[in-house]
Amino acid sequence: MVAKQLSVFIENRQGRLGEVLNVLKTNGVNILSLSLADTTEYGLLRLIVNNPELGKTKLAEEGFSTMLTSVLVLKINHEAGSLQGLLKTLSDNNINVEYMYGLSIDGEEASVVLKASDLVKAEEILLKTGVKTLSSDDILSL
Amino acid sequence: MIWNEAKECMSRDELSSLQGARLVKLVDYVYHNVEFYRKKMQAVGLEPGDIKNIEDIVKLPFTTKDDLRDNYPFGLFAVPQSQIVRVHASSGTTGKATVVGYTRRDIEIWAECVARCFAMTGVTKNDIIQIAYGYGLFTGGLGAHYGAEKVGAMVVPMSTGNSKKLTTMMVDFGATAIACTPSYLLHLAEVLESENKIKDIKLKYAICGAEPWTEKMHKDIEERLHVSAHDIYGLSEVMGPGVACDCKFHTGLHVCEDHFYPEILNSATLTTQIPGETGELVFTTLTKEALPLIRYRTKDLTSIDYSTCQCGRTSARISRFKGRVDDMLIIRGVNVFPSQVEAALVDVEEVSPHYMIIVDRVNNLDTLEVQVEINPQYFTDEIRGIEALTKKISHVLNQALGLNPKVKIVEPQTLVRSEGKAVHVIDKRKLY
Repeated sequence: MVAKQLSVFIENRQGRLGEVLNVLKTNGVNILSLSLADTTEYGLLRLIVNNPELGKTKLAEEGFSTMLTSVLVLKINHEAGSLQGLLKTLSDNNINVEYMYGLSIDGEEASVVLKASDLVKAEEILLKTGVKTLSSDDILSL
Repeated sequence: MIWNEAKECMSRDELSSLQGARLVKLVDYVYHNVEFYRKKMQAVGLEPGDIKNIEDIVKLPFTTKDDLRDNYPFGLFAVPQSQIVRVHASSGTTGKATVVGYTRRDIEIWAECVARCFAMTGVTKNDIIQIAYGYGLFTGGLGAHYGAEKVGAMVVPMSTGNSKKLTTMMVDFGATAIACTPSYLLHLAEVLESENKIKDIKLKYAICGAEPWTEKMHKDIEERLHVSAHDIYGLSEVMGPGVACDCKFHTGLHVCEDHFYPEILNSATLTTQIPGETGELVFTTLTKEALPLIRYRTKDLTSIDYSTCQCGRTSARISRFKGRVDDMLIIRGVNVFPSQVEAALVDVEEVSPHYMIIVDRVNNLDTLEVQVEINPQYFTDEIRGIEALTKKISHVLNQALGLNPKVKIVEPQTLVRSEGKAVHVIDKRKLY
């Protein structure tokens, strides 16, 4: 099950990240997880939110470059080696992980957000190995 | 020393009649050899016989950089290709280069003019001169080279790009003169200072040009390198470096007036300004064979002084440049028009047509940053995607400008939109 990630381009200027968060707050968009990739010039803010479409629309209205990206949200065992095993499976199947970040930890299980070179194939393979993927609705209940 | 006293110190009356005689010959020459000039003269009802002396020059139509572009590459040449021994090229306003050609005699006269300039600064056959302008299509390197050889100096053709090698040779050879852009020379001063080599150099003369510079830079160069610094001016359309240069009294740049006739015009009315008043510099080449130019509008703003200089030369002096009529930028000696950036970006569909050029000087080297916005449909949330795009834009701009700009992608709607005359350039260097 593919989930939607909200991505925002932010120039490295003071207060810009705060402005993005402010737009989300004003519109009641709740952030479940985020990752910020930064370079000297700009940053890419990747968000898992409760309402990505609304977030995108409102941020675009405020002039931000945004997009919705399909990502996999995977539930894995919260124990040493489980992420490594998952990545090995992908690598054995010639799938590149483009980026990844943690979403939540819940007792025995943890979730990660993952963007791969071939998302459909990645999901197919991982499902076979017993990894659970979460839908947008599942994420809301985390 | 005065290289050619007969020409550089002739009385103003004598000079006027020489210029008049040369102009009469030139007009007849271009009328019969260049269709472009013939048509232009015919359009205003002029015949060669109507030009009888130098004062009649005001009857002649102007020539612009656009005319050179429209006749790209060789349309304005007045001689068959077999007579051309060299071409140079500089940037045009919209991508196409401005191509200039020289006959063997043009090259000789060019060397003569540069020799006058070098001699004016103090350079003699006893000097060792490093030429650190770019050699190639740019007129700076080869132009200065031939002039320095004509003076008889020992020429070290450094070209540009290797400061380390340059400073090492400057010390090891005991170079006494250098020709390069003023900003590059200040950069070299920094390199020498950081290596504690100022005490080891024997430089006496710096001949700087190809870009505007301030009085402060002039002072800086003289104090830090213990040299006499001189401003050499030229433009490839007219010839290249050597059109004018300042002597040790630094009261303006002596124009090689027997070869290039200067006019200072009010850029709005195109009428002659009185001496001392600022206006657009316009040149007529009096002796050029390959690419003669009639009243070429340089777009450079300056004023003129016809009084005899303390050095004894009677040639007119143009003042330090006061700006440009158009929006041309000179970055590391390279002419850049914002329209070139605009034209290049049109070919990159991933970005919007809005852009901002930011020019600055960091450690005495010009920096060029071009800011662009990504078209929303091409936005990617992967850094490598944005980096690939930055690289692509950088490459496109490099091809168009001959300079490596830093490309910065900014958020949409942040660049100024055209409202009438849009500002596309922020020049932080304050050169004028």
